[in-house]
Amino acid sequence: MTLLRLILLRILTTAITLFGVAVIVFVVIRVVPGNPIAMMLPPGATDADIARLQAQYGFDKSIFEQFIIWLGGVMQGDFGTSISLRQPVSMLVLGRLPATLELSIFALVIAVIIGGMMALTGTRYRDTKTEGAIDVTAGMALSVPDFLWGLVLILLFGVLWPVFHISGRISPSLNIDFTTNFYVFESLLRLRFDVWLDLLSHMFMPALALAIPLAAIIAQLLKQSLKETMHLDYVTLARTKGYGEHHVITREALPNAILPTLTLVGVQFTFLIGGTVIIERLFSYEGLGNMAIDAVINRDLPLIQGIVILFALLFTLVNLAVDMLYVVLNPRLRHA
Amino acid sequence: MTLSRRSLLKSSAAAATFAVVGLPSFAQAIDELVIAYNVNLPSWDPTVGLSAVNPTIQGFYQSVFDLFIPQNTDLSFGSGIITDYGWNDDRSAIWMDVREGVSWHNGDPLTAEDVAWSLTRAGNPDSGNPIQFIWGKVNNIQTDGNRVTADMPEYEPTFFKWMSFLTGYVMPKKYYEEVGAEGFEAAPVGTGPYMVEKFERNAFVRLKANENYWGGAPEFKTVTIKFVTDAASRVAEVESGNSHVTLEVPYEEFDRLKAKDGIDGVAAPISDIGMIFLNDIEVMTDPNVRMAAAHAIDKSLIIERLLSGYGVPIDTLQTPDYVAYDDSIKVPYDPEKSKELLAASGYGPDNPVKFKIQTTKGFKPKDYEMVQAIVGLWRRVGIEAEIEVYEIAKHFELRAADQLAPAAFYNWGNSVGDPTTSTGFAMFGPSPHSVWDGEDTFNAILPLWGEADEAKRIEGWKAVDKRIAENAEVIPLLQYVQPILHTDAVKVTPHRSGALLPHLMTRA
Repeated sequence: MTLLRLILLRILTTAITLFGVAVIVFVVIRVVPGNPIAMMLPPGATDADIARLQAQYGFDKSIFEQFIIWLGGVMQGDFGTSISLRQPVSMLVLGRLPATLELSIFALVIAVIIGGMMALTGTRYRDTKTEGAIDVTAGMALSVPDFLWGLVLILLFGVLWPVFHISGRISPSLNIDFTTNFYVFESLLRLRFDVWLDLLSHMFMPALALAIPLAAIIAQLLKQSLKETMHLDYVTLARTKGYGEHHVITREALPNAILPTLTLVGVQFTFLIGGTVIIERLFSYEGLGNMAIDAVINRDLPLIQGIVILFALLFTLVNLAVDMLYVVLNPRLRHA
Repeated sequence: MTLSRRSLLKSSAAAATFAVVGLPSFAQAIDELVIAYNVNLPSWDPTVGLSAVNPTIQGFYQSVFDLFIPQNTDLSFGSGIITDYGWNDDRSAIWMDVREGVSWHNGDPLTAEDVAWSLTRAGNPDSGNPIQFIWGKVNNIQTDGNRVTADMPEYEPTFFKWMSFLTGYVMPKKYYEEVGAEGFEAAPVGTGPYMVEKFERNAFVRLKANENYWGGAPEFKTVTIKFVTDAASRVAEVESGNSHVTLEVPYEEFDRLKAKDGIDGVAAPISDIGMIFLNDIEVMTDPNVRMAAAHAIDKSLIIERLLSGYGVPIDTLQTPDYVAYDDSIKVPYDPEKSKELLAASGYGPDNPVKFKIQTTKGFKPKDYEMVQAIVGLWRRVGIEAEIEVYEIAKHFELRAADQLAPAAFYNWGNSVGDPTTSTGFAMFGPSPHSVWDGEDTFNAILPLWGEADEAKRIEGWKAVDKRIAENAEVIPLLQYVQPILHTDAVKVTPHRSGALLPHLMTRA
């Protein structure tokens, strides 16, 4: 019952949040300088031409009227048509979403693996030089932004030791006829391992660039949490029972220590998705973030609105999922 | 947790396997040409919407479609789908001969009907063609065999030049009417040297050679153009061998890479120029201030120091390739003259004239740095300019509303090379792209729009450029040079328009 109430409450707050985001984005992008009509004016445009273009895109109406019209469309699943790409916004953003999600999930997996390994190793060798080295590594990883990691990776694995693809999502020479845009998952289902490896080879560098700072955060928090847990009585009891250090850390301490890390990973995952905007641009990865930059440059207002709403929806859904998972994993909350 | 030798070997083997399987296909003998392009292609219809007037993507369009009249690499006009053209005696009608034996990519024959339909569609205000104001100047478009005729009630001297410029593409009547706009977007059909095989928006386009191309089949049978918008990534693409050709890389990187084995480079001037718009408001209504600002800029020094020498100083809005270029018009670097001019208006280093200059940052190579250098040069003579950085979208908005600052840096493209599309649109007050409202310039330009005598028209524009330079109503700075990097296994022929055209590339 608690879980159901929580879900209903979160759905309600999600709807309110999305409406608020929609209002803010709609107003802000119309108030900031940079009129899309001015960008498409032909050299000999007259006042009548300008008025015709404004009417064609609905910019001749007040912001409030434009918002009501847009909201009416959204209620029916119509997010408008992109000015620069001349395609339905919903089709464009939903078409790109899988690429960004796959990249983000891959980055998250890498971050959890690297961060988790660092935390476990640091805990195992606590108060030694190994822990010091891990702390220094995590500090360095955290102090460099993801796009700089991207440039370093391009130099290392794209130029000096060119083993991974520098740009794109998939090699143009590969013929794929997939039904979804979740290429990684679908290639596995179809047993197209050539495609799968090619996708991973394209995703590795952008995903690693996104993952490095998050891995450092996970390493620091999880190690701290593990070290605190290692002093608790039940862990001492496990030791007295004769369990080895490896068993004590991974089987006894980790399940309790992981809860705060899980919450953090959820929050950081939303930041990671936000980070794809720059990283996708750097690696010419055909995701939502890359499209967002083009939309902003072209002042493609309907597309900007669609992308921001989708990002907001993603953020709230991820947070909701984390909350749910926390309830499931934490017995005290589950039985409250 | 310990790292054993066995686990280390396992990890290394796994990494090596992954690396080898995922290894990019580096070119040995080039079967498939790969180009890392600096911009995305938003839309395939080259005649409608925002992208149709984007000069940076015309190379894509010219690979798949044919312009009515093609331009040679030096911007001269060639013979293409329209082989011959002209006006009648009183210049109230035009005629065009359409090339015979040309096929669309789907095998349909190209006919004069296609040309007539393309012109009619372009001139329809509801078509969404941004250059409708030109195409709409003809009506009663008729075909007779391979000849197309049309009435032109109001003489437009640049009409045929526009046929080599933005939106001047021949479109397939039958196919377009069959599939509609959406179908055309999904599977574009042209008559150009390449056919679209595969298009992933924001990722790449894969082209197949049109073996029946009327101008001869291109040498590379398959071309992949990857959209790599980040300059550092483009450099890495070529340096790693993932791409064979790229363009618009920083000049320093261009010099570094072309010195490496296996990589070559070509840097040629293109039709884009850098300039400073002067808005005749505030202190810019004083000709002494404007002229002082113009004479205080050492263009050669800026090109040498900031652009590694890649640029051509200019003193009018015409580059040396343009038909109305006049090399006798000079605005020399003369800081002493600037000081004298400012002194005549009561200004000097102790009492500087103050105004704002707007610029983009990173939109064009070293744009902000150039403006910084100019502001430094101005300071020496008694001009104190405050720099405001803005986005290009804001520039367009302010320019259309005639609200630019007294000085504003911008770049202007004019691959057709006619003075109307440079000085004309930039300096004629009523144009949405001009912020100069001076009546004298307006009156000087007005009769040139419809001047039927071509020699007189060009001389008229030269005279306009001369008086604009003498009064410093705009400050032209430089003609840009486009850096193209390529593997030495490919020969690249640059086009003055700035379009990177794969059908002009051959094996070295």
